[in-house]
Amino acid sequence: MTLRDLLQEKKTAIVERWLEDILATYASDASSFLRRERDPFANPVSHAFRVGTRAIFENIVEGLDADTVCRHLNEIIKIRAIQDFSPSRAVSFVFLLKKAIRTELGNDIEDRQLSKELAEIDTDIDQIALFAFDIYSRCREQVYELRVNEVKRSVSALMGRFTGNDSDPESLPGPSGGNKSSGNPKPDSLPRLSDDDGLSGDSSSVRGGKK
Amino acid sequence: MTMAKFDEPGYYKHEDLLKVDYHPPRTGWMDTPVDFRPGTYIYPGKAKNLKYLDLPNPRNWAVTDEDWKLQENWKEIVLDGMAERLRRYRTFRLFMDICVRCGACADKCHFFIGGGDPKNMPVLRAELLRSIYRKDFTALGKILGKIAGARELTYDVIKEWFYYFYQCTECRRCSVFCPYGIDTAEITMMGRELLGLLGLYVNWAIEPVANCFRTGNHLGIPPHGLLDTLEFMVDDIEEATGIKVDIPMNKKGAEVLFVTPSGDYVAEPGIQTCMSYMILFNEIGLDYTWSTYASEGGNFGLFTSHEMIKRLNAKIYAEAKRLGVKWILGGECGHMWRTMHQYMNTVNGPPDFLEVPKSPFTGTVFENARSAKIVHIMEFTADLIKHGKLKLDPSRNDHIRVTFHDSCNTARGMGILEEPRYVMKSVCNNFFEMPENTIREQTFCCGGGAGLGTDENMEMRLRGGLPRGSAVKYVQEKYGVNQLAAMCAIDRATLITVCDYWAPGVKVTGISELVANAMILKGEKKRTKNLRLETIPGAEEEDTAQGNIEHLETIEGMHTTKGGSSNE
Ligand code: SF4
Ligand code: SF4
Repeated sequence: MTLRDLLQEKKTAIVERWLEDILATYASDASSFLRRERDPFANPVSHAFRVGTRAIFENIVEGLDADTVCRHLNEIIKIRAIQDFSPSRAVSFVFLLKKAIRTELGNDIEDRQLSKELAEIDTDIDQIALFAFDIYSRCREQVYELRVNEVKRSVSALMGRFTGNDSDPESLPGPSGGNKSSGNPKPDSLPRLSDDDGLSGDSSSVRGGKK
Repeated sequence: MTMAKFDEPGYYKHEDLLKVDYHPPRTGWMDTPVDFRPGTYIYPGKAKNLKYLDLPNPRNWAVTDEDWKLQENWKEIVLDGMAERLRRYRTFRLFMDICVRCGACADKCHFFIGGGDPKNMPVLRAELLRSIYRKDFTALGKILGKIAGARELTYDVIKEWFYYFYQCTECRRCSVFCPYGIDTAEITMMGRELLGLLGLYVNWAIEPVANCFRTGNHLGIPPHGLLDTLEFMVDDIEEATGIKVDIPMNKKGAEVLFVTPSGDYVAEPGIQTCMSYMILFNEIGLDYTWSTYASEGGNFGLFTSHEMIKRLNAKIYAEAKRLGVKWILGGECGHMWRTMHQYMNTVNGPPDFLEVPKSPFTGTVFENARSAKIVHIMEFTADLIKHGKLKLDPSRNDHIRVTFHDSCNTARGMGILEEPRYVMKSVCNNFFEMPENTIREQTFCCGGGAGLGTDENMEMRLRGGLPRGSAVKYVQEKYGVNQLAAMCAIDRATLITVCDYWAPGVKVTGISELVANAMILKGEKKRTKNLRLETIPGAEEEDTAQGNIEHLETIEGMHTTKGGSSNE
C-alpha cells in the first residue's frame, strides 16, 4: 500500500482533524460556534474551510495542481486575511495538515516504511504554504485597494460635478491620511463645497456624506 | 533539543516543528483589553465638529493615544448619564435587567460570524454595559462584584465601549432571535450616548451630523451646489432618454416634499437612483418639490444620540410645514425609515399639519403612514405599477440577473418586504432570491451601517460583510446573478466593496434605476443607453420598443397602460 492509498483511505479522518485544528485557532466561544453550526449561510466561515480543506487534501493525494489548489486556498485565506490574525497565523493552517496526517496515520508511517513518501507530501504542503503566502499578500493588497477605491468613488464623483475636471486619484488623500485626527492634510485639489468654517472642505466630509 | 533534518526519518516523527501555539490566549472577557489594530476602528470626531454642535469636550485626539483627554470627572459623568437614561428610557432599564444569557442571539451577529471575536456576540456586547450597570445600579452587583457579572468602570472599559459600540451596525438581527425581544441596537445607542458625554464620537458620523445641521445635508452641499448637482443629472437624463425633466425646488404649495439621502447626489449608483426619481416624477406628473433646507433624507443623528435625531429631523418637519405640502415622499433610504416611523412622533411630535398620504394617481391611501405621513418610494412605485400607471419594458433589463439585499432598517425595522420585490419582478425578467436565512427579517447587514461605512475600518467591514457576501456569491454561482439591488444609500455605497471582495463581478444598483431603465417614457428617443450612459446590450441592433410593448401585454401579471398620460 502506498502512502497515497493510505491517505485516501483515511481521508475523512485526516480532513476532519485538520479542520478541527484550524477552528481551534479561534477564541473558544467562536470555535465552538464554528464547529457546531453546519448551515453554510449561518456559518460561512466554517463552510468555506470545510469545502476548501477537503478539496486541497484531495488535490494533494491525486497530485498537486497549482491552479486548483490556489482557487481553494483563496477561499480560506481571503477570510483569514481580514480576521484578527498576524500574517503568519493567518496562513499557518496549512502546516496543521502535517500534524493531522501524522496524528491520524500514527505508527503506520514507520511500520510501512512510508517516510520517504511522506517527505514528498510534506514538500507539497510546503509548496502550498508558499502559495498561501502569495494569496495572503494579494488579499491584503486588495483590502487597501478597496479603501482607495471607496475614497476615489465618492470624491471623484464630486470633483466631476463641481469642478468639471476629471479627478486625479494621485492627488487624493488616500487611505493613510487622517490616521490622527489632528494634522489631517487639507488637499487643495478638493472642492470647497460650502463656505468657510471648514466644516466640509476636507476629504472626510466628502466621504462622510456617502449617505 | 536539535531537530532532525527533513531528509532524516526522525523529522517526520517530530511534532516540534508544529509546536507553534495556534490557540489564542484564554483570559476572561472582562480582563482582555482592546487591541486597537488598524483597519478595525474608526477615527475620532474632530473638535471642530463637536464645537459646531455644542457637544462636550471638543478636542483632537487619536484612538491609538494612551490618553484620550477625557474630562477629569469622566467616571461621574458616565454614571450620572447612565442613571439619567435608566430613568428616562424604560427599554434601557428592561434590557439591562431581563437578559437570561440564553445565548440565542450569540451567533446571529454578522461581525461575530465573520470575525469570530466573542465580544461581537450581541449578548456580550450588551454585557459590556450591563456589567457596569450591575456594579453601580444593582445591590447584588455592588456586593458580589465579578461573581454577579459586575465590574468596575475603568478607562479600559471606556476604550472597549468605543471599540465595540462602533462595531455594531444597529441592524437588530440579533433581536429577531431573542425570546425576550431584547434589542441590542438600542443598547448600542445608549452606549454611544454615554460615550458622547465624554466627547467620544466617530468622525464619519459626527461630521455629517454637523454638516447636516448647518447646510441641510450630510455632505455639506450648499443650496446652489445642490441645484448644480441636480442640473448635471438632468443633462444625463436627457442624453439617455431624450427627455428634459424639471427640478421643482423649494416650491411652496407643492403636494409632496421629496427627501432622499445625500448619498444619492454623488457617486454611482446613487446618482442613477436619483436620476430615476426625477424621471419617474416627471413621467407621472407628480406635483412635488425638492428642498435645499431639508436636502437630506438620512439622519446620522440616529447613530449619535436621541437629541441629535431630533435636531436633524426637525429640519424636514419644519420644511414640510413651511412649504405647506400635504405629505412627504422619501427616496431609497434605509435608516430614514427607522427615524421617521419610530422616532419622529416622539422627538418632534406627530406631524399633524400634514395629511394622510394619498397617491394622486391611484387614489391609494397609505394607511401605514397615517401617523408619520411619509411614504417610501418603493411603496409609491409598487402602487403605481399595481394600478398599471407605468409603461414598462422589462426586456431592457434582460442582461441583468438581479438579486435583492433587504436593508436592515426597511426590512427588519419597517417590514417593507414585498413592495421592492414586486417592483423588481415587474421591471426585470431575471430576479433571484438569496437563501432564506439571509433575507427578509433575517437579512444580513452590509456591515457598514450606523456610522461604520468609512474606509479606515475596512477589515472590520469586510468581516461584517462576509455573511452577506457569501449569500451573494452563492446566487452568483448558482444563477449567474450579476447585480445586487438595494434600496438604501449606505448599502449602495458599502455593498460595492462587499461584492468586490466576497463576490467579485456582482455590481450594485438601486431599484429605481431598474425601474427608470425599463420605463417607456412619453416622447422618449430610442433608448440605446442606460442611465449610466452605457450601451444597453442588444438595443443597438433592432428597434425593439414597439415589439416589446406588444410582447409585454401578453405576459401575465405585467401592467402597462395604453396611450398617453397616466396622470389622472
Ligand atoms: S444589532 Fe446587529 S450589529 Fe448590533 S449586535 Fe445585533 S446583530 Fe450585531
Ligand atoms: S437572546 Fe436575549 S435573553 Fe438570550 S442572551 Fe441574547 S439578549 Fe439575552
